[in-house]
This record gives sequence, C-alpha cells and structure tokens, in this order.
Amino acid sequence: MSESLLQVKNAYKFFGGLAAVTDVSFEIRKGEILALIGPNGAGKTTVFNVVNGFYKPSRGEVWFKGRNISGLKPHKICRMGMARTFQVVKPLQRMSVLDNVVASAFLRAESREKAVEIAEETLKFTGLYEDRDVISKGLPLGKRKRLEIARALATQPELLLLDESFAGLNPAELDESIGIIRRIKERGITIFIIEHHMKVIMAISDRIVVINYGQKIAEGSPEEIQANPAVVEAYLGEDHHA
Amino acid sequence: MNAAQVEVLLQTLIAGVLLGGLYALIGLGMTLIMGVMKIINLAHGELMMVGMYIAYWMFSLFGIDPYVSVFIAGPLLFFLGILIQKYLINTVLRVDSILPENQVILTVGVGMILASAATIAFKSDYRSTPVKYGTSAFYLSDLWKGSPIELSLSIPWSVSFLFALAITAGLWFFLQRTDTGKSIRATAQDLDAALLMGVNVQRMRVVTFGLGSALVGAAGCLFIPIYYLYPALGGQFTLIAFVITILGGLGSNVGAILGGLILGLFESLTATYVGMGWAPVGRFVIFIAALLFLPGGVASLLRRRAFGK
Amino acid sequence: MKKPLIPLAVLAVLAVLPFSGLSTYMMHILILVLMWTTIGMSWNLLGGYCGQVSFGHAAYFGVGAYTAGLLYFKLQASAWWGIPLSVAVVSVFAFVLGYIVLKLRGPFFALATLASGEVLRITTENWNGFTNGTLGILIQERTWVAKTQYYYIILAITAFTFLLVRRLVASKWGYYFVAVREDQDAAESLGIDTTKYKTIALVVSAALTGICGAFYTNYMGFIDPHIVFALHDISIITIMIVMVGGVATQWGPLVGAGIMVLLAEWIRSIPGLGASHQAFFGVLLVLIILFLPNGIVGDFRKITRLFGRARA
Repeated sequence: MSESLLQVKNAYKFFGGLAAVTDVSFEIRKGEILALIGPNGAGKTTVFNVVNGFYKPSRGEVWFKGRNISGLKPHKICRMGMARTFQVVKPLQRMSVLDNVVASAFLRAESREKAVEIAEETLKFTGLYEDRDVISKGLPLGKRKRLEIARALATQPELLLLDESFAGLNPAELDESIGIIRRIKERGITIFIIEHHMKVIMAISDRIVVINYGQKIAEGSPEEIQANPAVVEAYLGEDHHA
Repeated sequence: MNAAQVEVLLQTLIAGVLLGGLYALIGLGMTLIMGVMKIINLAHGELMMVGMYIAYWMFSLFGIDPYVSVFIAGPLLFFLGILIQKYLINTVLRVDSILPENQVILTVGVGMILASAATIAFKSDYRSTPVKYGTSAFYLSDLWKGSPIELSLSIPWSVSFLFALAITAGLWFFLQRTDTGKSIRATAQDLDAALLMGVNVQRMRVVTFGLGSALVGAAGCLFIPIYYLYPALGGQFTLIAFVITILGGLGSNVGAILGGLILGLFESLTATYVGMGWAPVGRFVIFIAALLFLPGGVASLLRRRAFGK
Repeated sequence: MKKPLIPLAVLAVLAVLPFSGLSTYMMHILILVLMWTTIGMSWNLLGGYCGQVSFGHAAYFGVGAYTAGLLYFKLQASAWWGIPLSVAVVSVFAFVLGYIVLKLRGPFFALATLASGEVLRITTENWNGFTNGTLGILIQERTWVAKTQYYYIILAITAFTFLLVRRLVASKWGYYFVAVREDQDAAESLGIDTTKYKTIALVVSAALTGICGAFYTNYMGFIDPHIVFALHDISIITIMIVMVGGVATQWGPLVGAGIMVLLAEWIRSIPGLGASHQAFFGVLLVLIILFLPNGIVGDFRKITRLFGRARA
C-alpha cells in the first residue's frame, strides 16, 4: 500500500449548532483517485472546505504531508501543495483565460516570464490554449469548468480537489474531461473528487468514500461500494444521475 | 457616589434609552433594506432629513403637529423610496461594471441630490418647530414629594419614544403576520428559496426600500420636536444607522433594536462624562469595537445562546 | 506611436506647459488637476484594481496634510518635510486601520472606510491641544509666490505615482490584486494571501494619497479638519474622478481629474448657483453609474460606437 498523503481524523463541522459534518475520518494515498459521493446536501462540499482550509474543523484534525493543517488559511495550504476547483465555477471573470492561469502560476514562479510559461503549458495540457485570449466570463460552461482545473494545476499541486467538475457537461466534453483527469493522474498528482456522475466515478476512481447526513457510511473500491446495501439505501428515492 | 452624581447618572441613562428608541427605528429601516437587497443605503440619513423637512413644512404652513406628520411623511417617503428603487437601483443592478459597489455609490449620489435640494429650498439655516410642549417635562418630585433626587422626563422625548415603540410593534406585526411581510423575510433569508416558493422578489425589493424609507422618514418626524434641522444633517444619521446595523448584526431586526439602544446609551454617557463634542467619536469607538470583538453583532450573541453553545 | 512613448510624450507636454505663458489661475487649475490625478491613481490601485472601494481616502489625505501642518505648527520645521514624513506616518496609519477594515468585504469595507474618515475629522476637530481644532493650521510664510515651483513638484509626484502604479499592475502583485477583486475565495484557494495583498494595496494607495495631502498643506498654506477630512469634497470626489475617467485604467484618473476640476471651477463660476453645485455632482454621479459605469476611458468603445451611430 502506498504512502498516505492526507488524513482527516474525526472531523466535525457545526454551523450555529447544526452539524454539517459528523465524525468523518478517511485518508488519501499518494497517487490515487479518491471519490467522495453522497446524496444532495450530504455535506460533500463542506468536507472539501474543511480539507482546503475555508473552514476550520469544529472538532477533529486534518493532516497533509505529515503536518496538522487544521485552522491554516487556504492560501497556506495551497502553497503546501493542495489546489481545488469550485462546484460553482469562480473564474476571475474580467481576466483573460491566460491571465487567470498566470495569476495562479505566480505561486511557483519568480518572474512573469516563468509564470506565463507555466500557464501556457497548463493551457495546452487542458486543451484551452486556443481560448487563451478569451475573457473568461465569455467561456461556455464546459470550458469554464476546465479553466478551473487548469488554474488549480498551475499552482503545481500534489493533491488536487475537484468539486463536481463534470456537472453540466455534454457527453463529448465529459470524455475530454475524463481524459484530462487520467492524464493528471499519470503525472503523479493525487486526486480527491466530488462527483454526481456515477458512471464517471466508477470509471476513474480507485476508492470511494460515501457520506450521508454528514456522516461516513461506506468506504471501498467501486465494486464494493456498488454492492453496499447502506449506499444503495442512501441513494434510494434519488435517481442515480447516470 | 453622592445624590447629585446619582441624579446625573440616572438622568443620563434615561436620555440614552429615549435616544436609543429613536435610533432603533433608524436602524430598523437600514437593516430591512440591507437584509433584502444586500446593499447599503447611503442615502438613509438624507431620507430622514426629507422626512424632517416634511414635518417642518406641515407645521409651519398648516400648523400640523409633527406627530401627526408621521402619517404624512411615512407614506410620502414610502413612495419616494419606491421611486428610487424602481428607477435607479434596479436599473444599476442590470448594468455590468467592474465594481459591484456601484449601487452603494449610486445611493451616495441620491443622498447628495437630496441634501443639496434641501439646501436650495431651505438654505443651510438651522430650523426647529416651536411646538408648545417643546420644553415641558414630567418631574419626579411631582409624583414623589420627598424624593431625595430630582429627575425629569422630557415630554416630547417620551412621546417620540412611545411612537417609536408603537411603530416598531407595528412593523413586527407586519413582518410576522402578513403575507407581504413573510415574503420579505423569506427574500432576506434565502433568495433562491424565495424565488422557488414563487415570491415576487422584484416586488419585495421595491416594497422593502419603500418601507425602510418610510420608517426612517417617520423617525425624522419624531426627531423634529427635539432636534435642530439643517440640510446637511443626513450624513451624520446615515453613519448612525450603519453603526447600529453593524452593532446589531447585519440584517437582524432584534439586533437593530438592541444596537440602537446600546448606541443611544453609549452616546448619552459619552456626552455627559467626556464632553458633548466627543459623542460622535464614542459612536465610532463602539463601532470599531463591534467590528473587532463582535463581528456578528449583538444578534450573534443571541443566536449563540439560543443554541446553548 | 509605440505604447511606452505615450506617457513620455504626455510628460513632455506637461513639462513645457508653464513656458506657454499661462495665467496664475490656469497654473492653479493645472496643479489641482495633477494633485487629483495622483489621488485618483492611488485610489484606483486599491479600488479599481484590488476591488476594495474606499469611501475614506480623505482619512489618508488628511493625515498627510496634518503631518506636514503639525511639523510646522508644533516643531517649527519646514512643512515640506511633511512630504517624506507623511509616507511613513500614513503607511503606519493605513496598516493599522487596514487590520480592522480589511476584514470586511464589499460594501461593509466601503462603509468602514467612510467611518474612519469621519472619525479622524471629528477627532481632529476636538483634539484642540494637539491639532488646534477647528481653527486649523495656517502656514505664515509661503515658500514661493509663483505657481511654477509647486507645479513641478506635483508633476514629479504625479509622474512617480503613474510609473509606480503602472509597474505594480504589470507585476505579480497586479495579478494578485485583480484576482482578489474578481473573487476573493478563488484567489485564496489559488495560494494568494488575500489579506496580505489587500493590505499592500491599501498601504501603497494611502501613502500616495498622504503625499498629496502634505503637498496640499504646503501649496494652500491653510488646512482645517473640514477641508482635509471632507467626506464629499475629498472622499467622494476621488471616487467620482476615477469613475468618470475609468475604473482600473491607466489614464482614467487623469481624464477624470481634468473633467472634474474643470467642472467644479465652471460650476463655481456660475452666479447664483451656490450650494446647488452638490446637486449637480450628485446628478452627474448617478448618470455616470447608469450610463458609463466603467468611465470614459473604460467605456471608450461604447462612446465611440454611440457617436459613430449618430453620424451614420
């Protein structure tokens, strides 16, 4: 078994007395794709926010690369090598696609030339190079989702958090994005992904964590999860988004 | 503490509570607008100034008592607020610009126009309405002959305070019990949910801006028997409204009432024990303290207690 | 013309202007335009590029002005020392203030800055022992009678500010400022320390504004709390200059300052208008927000298109 990159240890998150996340623990191993799934409102994005530092866990700890990062600011955690995308895309709207990625590439670049170089390379990698001069507000949704990924990649992370990067994509865009995710993995970057598309999840993830009502209800390989009665029950009544 | 000092302290506290009641009304109007529209109305004090001039006019032209003018200025300001919201703010919401604060800057423009319109119409003179009861008061010694200390309760201040209480109660009833009131609260709480529930959000915004303006206009009428009036007075009250809202907790009605009372007491204490000119500084000290130590305002304290945490 | 040549050409024109035999009054207008251009450019760095709309730039202007004024008034030193000293004083002041106000976002930041300007005005009015209160500070002896020297000093300050802002905006900091403006959460998650960069933008912007305040004291020879901490006549006018000219544009503040100063002079010259000049500015502000939200430079295409259609 490969080395552990991130551990969430008994994390809780309360909002004004209501628990959004309750006693969630799991780990992410170097080089794998771990998926976090669960019905709508299960607390998936809250888990992301706890991991990347937008929220400090109310109780419990988050460890990244052998260091306790609970309570660290997101920018510090990003500098340590963790980047994320947002479910509701947040492009830097009035900047061009290239400038969006340059802004994040500056994290590891001393000069502007270097930042532009990283950014252009990332855009080619994600298939956005042709659109580099488009103001990002004008991009179609599929490309905006990909811009999120490009921007996160330009910070040269070891762990990439993807929050529903496939939602709302058409089948062609879906295939393209799956290809990009696979290539990211080939580069040795660990991926932690929230996804609704069961087909995508089953196709790309190594392991899956399932949460419902803020609690972890299952963890295992895609085959194990598909056969798990608790998971099936959690999704009963909800369609499978397949 | 000797009797004279106790007297000064009690008198100061009374004045603070009375002022706080009126402040609460100003804060409520601001909070309401902020909650529903998510913008700050920097013309709030100027709207109050307009309310005061209406009351002043009614008094000097027709001899109408300022307290009766509450029922004239309130509806007029409601209408003015609706016009501002419908034709200016709603228009800006549709304009694409780099700075989202455009709406706030717009209200600054509206405030400037109102203030200088008042200057043109009334000159920058200080004015007041010489109501008959202007200086009359209840005295403690009238009720209790042997009282060791003497306290007074100004009649116009007390009446204004009672009016403010009545208006606040009326507002509470409106928000809790009427369909429009419930829709306004829903819009403030969760815009998307309100839209899904079929609330006409656009209409609620217009109504809310009108309501907020009417409240502060009414507050203006309550201030006129006890305050000097001049065109530039608005800016000061816009700031007061903002301090109250921060102090109370953004968008919280109960918070605005408590914030108004706290500010009233604090200003009254500063004026007595530090000096009249420093009362505005005290206002900002409490404002900065609230920002630093109580970012959610008084409302966050209430909420924390409610959850027992 | 190649792009880097335009600023040099503008500078050259501005540098030879005093030799064209302008009247004292015209020189005064030019000095005001340059001073407001500088204030506008520094506001633009914080408001336009970093997206933190300040309604309280009078605070920094005033602290700069009083730094120069108090040097003269309390220590009998030359008020000109106020220009370098104001950089330090205003920077420290803005840093401390930023700690409080930069926790707030959007309109709340705007209002907290507005309050900070007002606090300073009221404090300065009441702190008689230190600031001479509402009486203000009068510099008894003026350094020069003619305007030319003052003109070149403010021209140097303006050119320096222009260059500084231009370089900052093109650098990593500039990218970070705009990222913060566009989306603070996204910026933070991309490894940008948003608090740090907002503080940098605020401190630089405040210090540049403070220099103008110190210059103002020297140039006008008289300051009082109502003048230098004015909400409408300083803080709001600053915003209007940038909005008229163009938010987040290089040349917007110059264009805006030119228009606003000339407008103000023109309105003042209309007899019988008196107090209503504020109404005029108010209407102008509303019209700009409705029709030219990104200013003349920012919406230049929109304007030319309008005129083009009219001609066709």
